[in-house]
Amino acid sequence: MAAFIVTDSLKAMIGRAEDPVVHKVEEGAIQRYARSVDDPNPLYNDVEYAAQSQWGRLMAPPGFSGWPVKAKGFDMFKLFEKLQKAGAPLGLLDGGVEFEFFGHIGAGDMLISVTRVANIEGRETKMGPTMVTTVETTSINERGTVVMIMRNTLLHF
Amino acid sequence: MGKQIFYEDIEVGSEVTPLKKIATTKMLVQWAGASGDFNPLHYEDDFAKNLGVGHPIVHGQLKRAWLVHLMTDWIGEKGMLRKLSCRYKGMDYPRKMKGFDDPVDGETWWCKGKVTKKYTEGDQCLVECEIWVENGKGDKTTPGSAIAALPSRAK
Repeated sequence: MAAFIVTDSLKAMIGRAEDPVVHKVEEGAIQRYARSVDDPNPLYNDVEYAAQSQWGRLMAPPGFSGWPVKAKGFDMFKLFEKLQKAGAPLGLLDGGVEFEFFGHIGAGDMLISVTRVANIEGRETKMGPTMVTTVETTSINERGTVVMIMRNTLLHF
Repeated sequence: MGKQIFYEDIEVGSEVTPLKKIATTKMLVQWAGASGDFNPLHYEDDFAKNLGVGHPIVHGQLKRAWLVHLMTDWIGEKGMLRKLSCRYKGMDYPRKMKGFDDPVDGETWWCKGKVTKKYTEGDQCLVECEIWVENGKGDKTTPGSAIAALPSRAK
């Protein structure tokens, strides 16, 4: 069984950034997110409690940066299509994720998120020859602070 | 959430307070809406079958969010999560619903962790943890790690 061969048109996608997207972090989006995780933390759910906290406003759980969460401000499925047009296999699973948090995100923040393909490599996995893509999203707030970097590993097989 | 923990309270080997989770089809619907992940892999039987996973599976990012919940509950409001990573190693399948709020009997998941390292960096008091989601059979389907800053009693 051979490893997946990364074509030149796929290699050309490495490093290319998608258009940046601006998110306003909304209270309702934070609350719906926390509820869907079954996380009753009042900092994410209770506006009055959060107003009395050290932050003075509803805070987002780490990993939330507006909506949609996974897409981080752009249509992830469109990126999948671009990768598939460039030769990525059609089978797709999420392999894992890595977050770095540099600051807090709360209701009212404006975030600019930029996503790029950080790496593409061929590997042999239990699914057969697999293309492994690392997609990196950097979120910056309106004060110019990088608050979060997320790296998603995608398995195309 | 429990009471606030401090850096001095923690030793290498200390347990991260376990967190119980039950994945249901309802939770997956809620997560899809709240996260914007509408991949049919998580709600369409034939799509999941064709991809070779049998049935719709729990979103990897939902399990990641459980692990964030595990850590934020444990470190408390004065702690700050610095890093978290995990690997979606095993598939998990949600319980179905028998009523508006009641899932059928079945699998229960536990998010767990233990401290692997404690150290200071500048004025930061940091702990590194091995974390994971464990399924009903005791398999670690979502292993990962986290680094968090904790408040110190000395400050």
